[in-house]
Amino acid sequence: LIRFEARGSPSRLFAYASPLIAIATTLTVCSALFVILGRDPLSGLSLFFVEPFKNVRALGELAIKATPLLLIGLGLAVSFRANIWNIGAEGQFILGAVCAGRVALWATEETNAVLIIVALLGAGTLGGMAWAAITALARDRFGTSEILVSLMLVYVAEQLLSYLVFGPWRDPAGHNFPQTRLFAESTNIPRLVTGARANLGLPIALAFAALFWLFLHRSHKGYALEVGGLSPAAARYAGFSSRSSIWLACLISGAMAGLAGALEVAGPLGQLTPHVSMGYGFAAIIVAFVGRLSPIGVIFSSLLMSIFYIGGELAQSRMGLPKSLTLVFQGLLLFALLASDTLIHGRLRWLPQRRAALVGTLASPAPDSTARGGD
Amino acid sequence: MDTLSLLLAASIDAGTAIALASLGLLLNERSGIVNLGAEGMLLVAAIAGFATVVHTHDNFAGFVAGAAAGAALAAIFGVLVIWLNTNQYATGLAASLFGTGVSAFVGVPYTQESLGEHPASAIPGLSEVPWIGPALFRHHPIVIFTALLAVGLSWWLSRARSGLVLRGVGESPETAHALGYPVRRIRLACVVAGGGLCGLAGAYTSIIYTPLWVEGMTAGKGWIALALTTFATWRPLRALAGAYLFGGVTMLQLHLQGEGVNVPSQLLAMLPYVATILVLVFISRNPALVRANMPASIGKPFYPGA
Repeated sequence: LIRFEARGSPSRLFAYASPLIAIATTLTVCSALFVILGRDPLSGLSLFFVEPFKNVRALGELAIKATPLLLIGLGLAVSFRANIWNIGAEGQFILGAVCAGRVALWATEETNAVLIIVALLGAGTLGGMAWAAITALARDRFGTSEILVSLMLVYVAEQLLSYLVFGPWRDPAGHNFPQTRLFAESTNIPRLVTGARANLGLPIALAFAALFWLFLHRSHKGYALEVGGLSPAAARYAGFSSRSSIWLACLISGAMAGLAGALEVAGPLGQLTPHVSMGYGFAAIIVAFVGRLSPIGVIFSSLLMSIFYIGGELAQSRMGLPKSLTLVFQGLLLFALLASDTLIHGRLRWLPQRRAALVGTLASPAPDSTARGGD
Repeated sequence: MDTLSLLLAASIDAGTAIALASLGLLLNERSGIVNLGAEGMLLVAAIAGFATVVHTHDNFAGFVAGAAAGAALAAIFGVLVIWLNTNQYATGLAASLFGTGVSAFVGVPYTQESLGEHPASAIPGLSEVPWIGPALFRHHPIVIFTALLAVGLSWWLSRARSGLVLRGVGESPETAHALGYPVRRIRLACVVAGGGLCGLAGAYTSIIYTPLWVEGMTAGKGWIALALTTFATWRPLRALAGAYLFGGVTMLQLHLQGEGVNVPSQLLAMLPYVATILVLVFISRNPALVRANMPASIGKPFYPGA
């Protein structure tokens, strides 16, 4: 008989081991999935864990997908720590892309590159912030659930983008494709090395990771935000404003998603299309959780999620499997992580049948009174 | 026939998926569990139902498969949330993301398939009444079932002993536990039943309403249904009325597009989502009203014996 019981104090070991257990579980299930689909699991997994590291070009692709995930994941980590459930980063990403795209369309080949890039990144950041501000306003002013409002705004943002690229912003010379014209060369985010698409976005994202670490662990405001998330009553007692937490969490996560959107359109895309995001805003939710809501952890988890994206694309082109394999793996990973996280606050214990019965009688009338986990 | 009467009938058809899902989620939330996985359950059920009908040509089997798929995903969610006490929001999101992924993955071969149209079955006698008949009594059986379910659920939650126990579990799981009710099992039963209803909603969308399979075809219906439970202040009949209202907004939007109104279709397509936000803001402006009806233990983990 296996019993699940509480630990006296949270396990530090499992706090770090849990993401690894979750990854291992996901990979096991994935291998089984490859077998069921009649594919060789080893070559299947090598698409995910060998191919993306093969050469500079492949590493560049890895960086290009990890960058938006890292930026959005950082913002969401702050938001979730404050217990503000902004799950509409996808919409904020789209708004960032739209605003940056508007600025980029004004540029010509003669425009100063530094100026226009700073301007479009700023516009994207503000766009994402503004979109998230709607959620913050509804939550702060009317007490409306930020979960539902931020998510509804994703659909609104998708329609807005679609309207723009099918309508007023459509490239007249684009053979009726729903897309804007290609942005002027001056708007392109400078690449890091030749032969790979990785661009300046990566160092920017890494710098933000450092900045967020300082904010969360070394600043008063970051501390207040976290206390508010863990215990609203304690935060009130300490005089930390819960209203400013709502705004701060929404605006920070919105800004990061908007910046990611701006980097995406001025980087790898170079124009607006109806599909500027590949679900980065939703994948970043998983990135934030797998990275333990810590800026350092999010660096690793965004890399992992980027591997999933590239592996999924390779599985499509080389094995003929649907690209949505990526989504399946991502969902599995979050499930597995949440399940293995319970080992931080509890443990499984094997009890011989006879002793189990004894423990059962002693512990009655509430037989599983020791099963208290959690905070 | 009168256009308005037809529009009303179409609104009821369009609102039925949201109504079914919303009733299921309402059942969850009355027991104290919020399941953000609704969208995932709808999608998994939509493809399970659609694929079953493609292979068996049997709509009933399709509905059973859809409900089973929704219930299965809900069961995974329920075990994690109720026994392992994982965070309800995060686990629900996982179910949504996973469901979206699985449905897209499994659904690829079915994107070309199309099922036949389903003639509405008319209720003899009543459907002959002018104006009201075509609007209210000529629908697919699932539509009628949904309306009856809302009435039944409303009665059950307020009048039946077992319904009161369920509400007790949602209001104060500690008290229900002390009285000897199996709180966790009751909650799991509600979550699975709610998942089954979300499954029916998904199957109805892909088998009857569209009837096609398109990746991500539920387009936020699960999330709107979640919003509706708050809007309805956790009362089944209000949820039904709210769902028909949303069906109306959807139909109005399509109708305007069809009439060639000079507004871009994308802006009209925003309407249901904007309406959801406005309605949520409107209802939550009065916190007393929301809190008075909100199950007290909603979203909170329960540790028996603690």
